Amino acid sequence: MAQQSRTAAILTKHRDDLNAEWMKSLQAAVGGKDSRISESQLKEQTAQFTALLLAALQAGEAFNAKSSEWKAITHFLEEVSKSRVAQGFSSDETAMFIFSFKKPLFARLRQELGKDAEALAEETWAATDLLDRMGMLTVRAFQKTREDVINRQQMEMLELSTPVVKLWDGVLALPMIGTLDSARTQIVMESLLQRIVDTGSELAIIDITGVPTVDTLVAQHLLKTVTAIRLMGADCIISGVRPQIAQTIVHLGVDLQGVTTKATLADALSLALKRSGYVVSRPKV
Amino acid sequence: MALLSSDDLPLRNEHDIVMVRQAVRKMTQQLTFSLVDQTKMVTAASELARNTVVYGGGGILTWEIHSDGLRKGLRLTFKDEGPGIPNLDLAMTDGWTSGGGMGMGLSGAKRLVNEFEIDSAPGAGTRVTIVRWK
Amino acid sequence: MDRIPILQMGEFLLVTIQVDMHDQLALALQDDLTSKIEKSGARGVLIDISALEMVDSFIGRLIANISGMSRILDAQTVLVGMQPAVAITLVELGLSLTGVKTALNVERGMHFLRAARADDRREAGGLSSEAAHGFTE
Repeated sequence: MAQQSRTAAILTKHRDDLNAEWMKSLQAAVGGKDSRISESQLKEQTAQFTALLLAALQAGEAFNAKSSEWKAITHFLEEVSKSRVAQGFSSDETAMFIFSFKKPLFARLRQELGKDAEALAEETWAATDLLDRMGMLTVRAFQKTREDVINRQQMEMLELSTPVVKLWDGVLALPMIGTLDSARTQIVMESLLQRIVDTGSELAIIDITGVPTVDTLVAQHLLKTVTAIRLMGADCIISGVRPQIAQTIVHLGVDLQGVTTKATLADALSLALKRSGYVVSRPKV
Repeated sequence: MALLSSDDLPLRNEHDIVMVRQAVRKMTQQLTFSLVDQTKMVTAASELARNTVVYGGGGILTWEIHSDGLRKGLRLTFKDEGPGIPNLDLAMTDGWTSGGGMGMGLSGAKRLVNEFEIDSAPGAGTRVTIVRWK
Repeated sequence: MDRIPILQMGEFLLVTIQVDMHDQLALALQDDLTSKIEKSGARGVLIDISALEMVDSFIGRLIANISGMSRILDAQTVLVGMQPAVAITLVELGLSLTGVKTALNVERGMHFLRAARADDRREAGGLSSEAAHGFTE
């Protein structure tokens, strides 16, 4: 514990200088100003880091990312990593934020403890160990943020690629495009069912014009969707059934359980309107 | 794989079945499962809990929350010292139309979860384990 | 034991299931409904499950039973308000509840029951069905 307080003592005495030297080495690493992050933001982050580091060291406990003494600085580093992801930095550039603090810190340590070789060695080791762990923490946080972004984008892509549209009062359409896999069909099924409830639509037209192949799995997924729709009190028409798909369905022995199928979305809409009691007329001009 | 927490719930009567449903709902909510996944797990638990109470003569549910580093999962083990299931294969086929009680509960529950394990023999009781990951 | 209340609305019975039912409560509902259909001469039963967040095979079978029994007692049953997550789970479970009429909500359900009743009356021709069933509005 005596060791930690030496770094803490240096931080207390030379914080502003340390911050300034750290800024200089950070800027030197990128060859001047970095367009991805403002100088004032960088300055603020360096100042906050040293302040939080000092506070944590003064609490006297060994570094533990989960303990309450180190929580503030851990949280701060996670936030810095998150913003670095958004600003377009790489993971090693983000870690360098921490590692580049070593140079100014060690220079000061040498200055203060130069006469006591053993103390200098101990303190340098303790400091480097601590900063390494923090560096690792930022890398981990960076990666987690990246993963979260990717996951969110995947979800958005899935939702965008299968929008549920309202064709008419009480008639929804779900144009399916591309290959239907298990995960995709689940999400699509859920959003269609929810829209049925939200809009109180009694008819859903699932259009598979854009689906290249229908195998047993796809047919099963479609059937499950239809069954769920019926359980909820609505009904379903499958449109866009090309002759090849019709053949496949028959060959597979899939029982469509009385679901009406139509070759085109137009035919399906016409039927849906009729079933809903609408009559489409064209007045004579 | 790390076990984060675990506990037991009794399965003596139908009120315990309701308690199990509520407990599983709460746990899956805390694990931030999607609504559909929550419902699937609660329903599977209800099926298996009922089997334990009605056919197993009562038993215990042990729940465990696990983490495999990347994601969290809920593992439920339903145990009873009842008569056991004589023909597991038959019990696991979809006996829905035959109106059978246990058969359909088992095969149905299996489809609702990620992992399903059953251990049962006449005179040796029954143990069913299901797992759902986030 | 608490029982699930059954409301009478004209010639229809309305049941709203809002609690997580234990088996006995569910069976009591089944008994209460069939006996009430008989006593009141009701011609339709609407079961609202929009508040149910889970339907397992026991409850599913119960609903199918209620539907079958009421049909024998000359009443039409309609199940309304099934939540999407419940529907998806029931399908995965292997329960399709064939034979049970469903509707999106209470409004549609009542509309269906009234239409079914109107059809019945038309078929019955001049005979007053109310009188035939000893039913008073």
